[in-house]
Amino acid sequence: MELINLNQSINENADFTKKIGIESGQPVQKCYQCGKCTAGCPVAFAMDYKPNQVIRMVQLGMKDELLKSNTIWICSSCSTCSTRCPCNVEVANVMEALRIMAWKSGTAPAGKAKYVEVMYDALLGTVEKYGRTFEVGLVLQNNLKSGKLFNGADMGLPMFQKGKLRLTPTKVQGAAEVARIFAEARKMEGGVK
Amino acid sequence: MRYAYFPGCSYHATGKEYESSTQAVAKRLGMDLVTIPDWSCCGATASHGKSHLLNIALPARNLAIAEGMGIGEVTTGCAACYQQLANANKKMKESQETRDKVNKITGKEYKGTLEVKSIVDAIGSIDPEQIKAQVVKPLSSLKIASYYGCLLVRPPKITGFDDPENPMFMDNMMKLAGAEALDWAHKTECCGASLGVSNLGIAVKMINRILKAAVEKGADCIIVACPFCHLNLDWHQKSVNKQLGTNYDIPVFYFTELLGLAMGISPDELGFKTHFTDTQKVLSLVG
Repeated sequence: MELINLNQSINENADFTKKIGIESGQPVQKCYQCGKCTAGCPVAFAMDYKPNQVIRMVQLGMKDELLKSNTIWICSSCSTCSTRCPCNVEVANVMEALRIMAWKSGTAPAGKAKYVEVMYDALLGTVEKYGRTFEVGLVLQNNLKSGKLFNGADMGLPMFQKGKLRLTPTKVQGAAEVARIFAEARKMEGGVK
Repeated sequence: MRYAYFPGCSYHATGKEYESSTQAVAKRLGMDLVTIPDWSCCGATASHGKSHLLNIALPARNLAIAEGMGIGEVTTGCAACYQQLANANKKMKESQETRDKVNKITGKEYKGTLEVKSIVDAIGSIDPEQIKAQVVKPLSSLKIASYYGCLLVRPPKITGFDDPENPMFMDNMMKLAGAEALDWAHKTECCGASLGVSNLGIAVKMINRILKAAVEKGADCIIVACPFCHLNLDWHQKSVNKQLGTNYDIPVFYFTELLGLAMGISPDELGFKTHFTDTQKVLSLVG
């Protein structure tokens, strides 16, 4: 196991801890590690660092480990943690701030985390183009980029037979306005693909 | 009651039974759902992973258009759309700075005058006696597990629910329809949402817990109020069976479908034929 000098980490990454606190709007320093967030987290079993560990790592300035973790992507944003925290730390908002930071810093997620990022991109890609989510386009794009070419392939025919598959996208009249939203957000905030 | 209505991107595709049953029930209850003209995607479960501003601006475009309709309240069926709209509404109401920034991004002015309600809440705010008066075919032989999921009830700061751990509003509605509402443990446990697309191996374990809890309680069916919950619990029931060796066969409905059934609306109109689980079982129980 790798040794981590915590004093050094705290001192060198104080800015990171502060920034996550501000970006998430959460009092991360209040956490006293009761573990309630992890106990209730429905997806903790698939995470490399558990929710309570994530908060502790934010306090300790462990930026690199966090930005590379799969946890911040696998979190399904169900907010069970946020609802139960006795210190009123909305853990899901912290995950979100970490995810955005990871993504802006160009830290490439791997494995399961990558599949989540690819899906986000595929969905938003259809919205930027048409103004609405186009489910078929989303899945195709998702499969191409994730390399899981036949992901959901068994859904195609049954969905089509039930009339639940729209083969062509619906483009809203204001599609250009929606594209503009993406462009302006990118300009203002930086980093939105 | 008039509402500016946001259908959500799945309304004519994977979530089409939700749309047809919502429209049918709303009509019976005298609700006027006026579709927001040229509505666009709310950002769904993706934009919050990418950018704070984009996440507010995508729903804000719709809020700005809705505000111009002169109807004070917005409603939507999809739980994800609801949360996106409610979140943007709250953030823009609370901060002038956010409002200015986001209005600049959308190129439309939202003043922050609207209220956002989920369709469950909109129907739930109708006088119970009025709903009861419409029930012509009570679902008295049905035991129902009401599944609320996440986005409809949490986080309470956005949704405003005082009991996000044990919500009762759908249970109460099913009681009005004459059914038995089961007390069960997993009503707000997450189904995995879009993990069903990106990481099915993780999602099946989450879906399994919910199905298991409902079946163990003796539920005849599960009701939901979210197209993603429906996709995961209905379509992916088969993925759970395949990957985990289970043998589930429990019908999953939108709450509006069962409410509509109790009101005597035809199952076909409500969307019973387009499920992947067997809806016939429930029809034969109701008679």
